[in-house]
Order: sequence, then structure tokens, then C-alpha cells
Amino acid sequence: MSIKINEHIRLEVAGENALMLYFSDHEQGHGNRQGKETAVVNENISSNVQQATQMIQKHLSADIIDLIPSYASILVMFNLLEIDHHHLRNKLKKLLVDCGSQLNKQGRLLELPVYYSIESGQDLPRIAEKSKLSIEQVISLHQAQEYSVYAIGFAPGFAYLGEVDECIAMPRLSTPRLKVPKGAVAIADRQTAVYPAQSPGGWNIIGLCPVDMFSPKADMPMTVEVGDKVKFVAIERHEFLELGGILPKADKG
Amino acid sequence: MSDISHLADHPDTANAELGLKVTNAGVLSLVQDSGRFGAFNLGLTNGGPADLQAFYWANRLCGNELNTSVIEVNIGGLGLTVQLDCVIAVTGAPMPLSINDKAIPLWCSIAVKAGDNISFGFSSQGVRCYLAIAGGFVIKESFGSTATVCRESVGGLHGGKLIVDDVLPCKPLVSIENLPKRLMLAEHEQPKYSNEVVLHTVLGYQKKHFPAVEKRMLFSSEYQVSKHWDRMGYRLQGRPIKADIEGILSEGISYGAVQIPADGQPIVLLNDRQTIGGYPKIGSVISQDCGKLSQLRQGDKVRFEPISISQADNMFHLNLSRFNQTKLTVCD
Repeated sequence: MSIKINEHIRLEVAGENALMLYFSDHEQGHGNRQGKETAVVNENISSNVQQATQMIQKHLSADIIDLIPSYASILVMFNLLEIDHHHLRNKLKKLLVDCGSQLNKQGRLLELPVYYSIESGQDLPRIAEKSKLSIEQVISLHQAQEYSVYAIGFAPGFAYLGEVDECIAMPRLSTPRLKVPKGAVAIADRQTAVYPAQSPGGWNIIGLCPVDMFSPKADMPMTVEVGDKVKFVAIERHEFLELGGILPKADKG
Repeated sequence: MSDISHLADHPDTANAELGLKVTNAGVLSLVQDSGRFGAFNLGLTNGGPADLQAFYWANRLCGNELNTSVIEVNIGGLGLTVQLDCVIAVTGAPMPLSINDKAIPLWCSIAVKAGDNISFGFSSQGVRCYLAIAGGFVIKESFGSTATVCRESVGGLHGGKLIVDDVLPCKPLVSIENLPKRLMLAEHEQPKYSNEVVLHTVLGYQKKHFPAVEKRMLFSSEYQVSKHWDRMGYRLQGRPIKADIEGILSEGISYGAVQIPADGQPIVLLNDRQTIGGYPKIGSVISQDCGKLSQLRQGDKVRFEPISISQADNMFHLNLSRFNQTKLTVCD
């Protein structure tokens, strides 16, 4: 029951009250696609996802319970008491048929301070070794990029940022750590993120950020939102502490 | 007058609002309303009652709006002291319930008095019960809901499960005349909790990445609930199902989604699921069957049965109209 809305949006069933919109980049379609779609992360797609999210929020809010935009998809959960999947499908089709034809970029650019060091980023030596770079080079490559906020999920306030330079991309740990400290700046493949709270996690830690990524009691609970750009800026140890950062207690192993 | 003498040595609570005071936390007792919606942009999941049907009945028996906050008692062991006269109802898994050591039936409303002790035993069949109170508990919402999600430290009284000395405030009954009638759900209308559940499943998501033979295997095999079952999801054990892809670009996960990780053992994701994830999904179990699944425990059996989204839609509305048409009986 796959429906093509336009050349880069496809609609699939997800569940009893959920439809999924999948976004692709039509440029890719003419290339060496072999019957299978490959997972693509890019800013064009991300910007289409945001545009569609805004349109759905604006025009279909009465029918929708929730929306989960991600890298190249939007999960649309609807209220079965208000609408059925036939009607919603038609509404989405009508609403989104022209989506993706114009670019709209309006995210903010935010700077996040990071205390990069072996003390605060225990996986720096491993990344340096794998990439055959010095630790300083790894740190400067991580700062060189302006990252897009592609998705928020996994845990409250966890923002998926992409993409890090290929040289410092690093697979997840084969056994996740039971404790990753709050504020840990970490890399998994070509994604990077700041852990909003202490949690288990398998990403490679390269530093600590003193900024609260999620403050449940604040008016704006999240520091970043999907569509924003993030740049990391190195700070010294004393600056980190002055900004309220807390170094995790030295755990052995 | 309410007997609050037992509060005298707690200066903190002396002026606090009265309600039900936790004397025994039980295994996992959680404040829940119907769930937190619209906060996915912050990465917050839905939470809410694992067995929605039983939750709704508890509120109906108390004459409440369906979305009123209740206590979800998981497995059992909860003990409460009543601080002011009120009316309660307990629905869900057949858990031994007593008031002042006298056994009390589930699925009916009952007046309790200040000083009474409510205590739950442990269920042998089914997992979760719902205790509602007429007028509802007065609990501040976080992000639009009181639903407790422990993993996120959000909701409830303090973001976690109930602990000893927590007080769940409730509105006092104005007078005895205003006591709601004692109501019950006739026995033949009460849901039956069994060790075997059929999970009607709408195919979707990455369904085309599951070869026909794998789908047939899923729908013709029996699965057991593994030791990993909780409000986040139920990991099943049985014939492994293989997709022709290992992972996908992380995407939103709906209630009931059937995720197939690399080991091929299906995981059905429930109320406290992570909001996005990167494992392939073959479809989603319909909501009413998710509620039944959530009453199972390790070793219980499930089968998957495919249905179309239109059939799922029909079943949803049939179930709803049955619920709306079922009348409660007035006792004595």
C-alpha cells in the first residue's frame, strides 16, 4: 500500500493509527540505484522533512496526535476518532504534493562549548589511532563542521547531529557503556551528539559540554531543535568548570 | 472528620493536601493518565496505561472523565492508607485486593473512609491493575500529562514510581449525598486475562524487506514472552525472522511496532518505547491487542495474525462502540 505523493515523498502504512512519510532525494534516483533505496542523510532531504512537518502541523493539527520527524521520514500518528487512514492519506497527498520544490532554511546557528581532552573524552586516543591523526587534529576536525540537527529522540533532549568528517567517523562500541556522563559529546559513525543526561550508551566520547541540553522545567526545555545548525567550540578546563560543567568522577575501567 | 492523627509526626505533610498515602510501594506503582502526546519533538515518549481498556473502566466506575489520573499497579504489593473519605475502583488483572484485611472484588466502585488501609497482593494471572478515585488525583501535569515514564524521570508526583510516604492528593467529597452510586461491571462483561494472546498485526514500515516466506513464518509460529518484558516493550522468543536489511535510517516508532533486530526475535514496542530507532519493523500490533500483550509475563504465548489497516480500523471502532454501549450495573 505504498503511495507516491511526488517524486521524493512516499507514503506507507505504519500501524492502526499511523502513516509514515518517507523522503528521498530525486537526484539520487537517476544514479546507480539497484531496486533498493539506500539510506541517505542530506540537508535537502532534511529541509523537505522540516517543511512537510511544518505544513502538517499548520493544516492538519486537528487530526494529528503526534508527529515524529527524523532524518528522512515523518511518522504521522492520527486520532482515529477524528479521521480514518483513507481521508488522512488524501489530505496528506493534497497538502504535500508540492513539498520539496522550494528550499526553506530558517534554522538558527548555535555554538556549543566543549572541553575536549583525554580527561573528558576517553575515546579520543582510539579515534586518533584509527584515523591515523593526532588527538589535536581529531578535535579540530570535530569543530570544523557546521552540523545540522536531523532528529531528536532516543532520550529526552537527545539531538542527532550530522555529519562528522569521514576521517573521524567511528562505529559504536561493541558493548555499550552502562554510564555515559551528562554532557558527553560523542560520535557514532558519522553522527555526533551531546548526551542530555547520564545514561547507558555506545557512542565514542570525545569531550564534555557544560550546556544543559534538556531542562524539563524551563519554558524552552530544549537548547536545539530540528533544523538548527550547531557548531562546537573548544574551551579550556577552567572555562568548562566556570560554565557549571561537572567532571565525572574518575571511574576505573 | 478525617482521622489524620497518623500525620501528626510528619510536619511536612501536616498542611499538605490529603489523599491516599503510600505505606508500601509495591513492585512498580505508577501514576498514569491516558498518556503524553505532542512532546515527541523533545524526545519524550507517550507513557500512559499499558492496558488502556482496564484504565478506562476504572475511571468509568468512578464516574470520572476517561483521561483522569489513576495508579497503575504492576505485579502488586502496593499498600495505601486512606486520608479522607472517598470512592475508589480497581480494574485489570485479578490481583488480590483487600480493605482493612477484608477481600474486596475488582470491577466495582467502593466507598472507603479515612483511616482505611488498601492493600494489593500479587497477581498470578495478568500483570497490571488500575486504581481510580472518584474526582481523580490532583497531580500537576508535566508536558501536558501526568503519565510517569521512569526512564525519562517525567510525570507522576516526582518523575518516578511511587515510594513510601508519597501522598496522592484527591478532591474531598463534599457530602455523603454526593457520593456516586456504587457501580459494577457485570462479570460477563469483564475482560478475561489468559496466558495466550493473538496479536493482530497491520503490515507496514519495512514490510517489503521481509521476504514472503519470512512473513509466513512469523504468522504461522508461536512465540513466547522472554524474560525481557516491561512497559517499554515485549521481547519474544521463537522462530527467528530475517529481513534482507540489517538496519535502517533511524525513524519514528509507533505504539505496537514489531521490531526485528539482527537475531530475528520480534520485539513489540509499547507505551514507554524509545521514540525513534534504527531496527527494521514489519508492522504494528493493533492497540487493543497491545493492551492484552501487556498483561502477559515470561513464558506466556502469543501468535501474530495479519490484518489490513481497514480491518484494524473496523476492529477499533467496534471495540469502542462496544465499550460505549456496555452499561454499568448499580449495586444494591
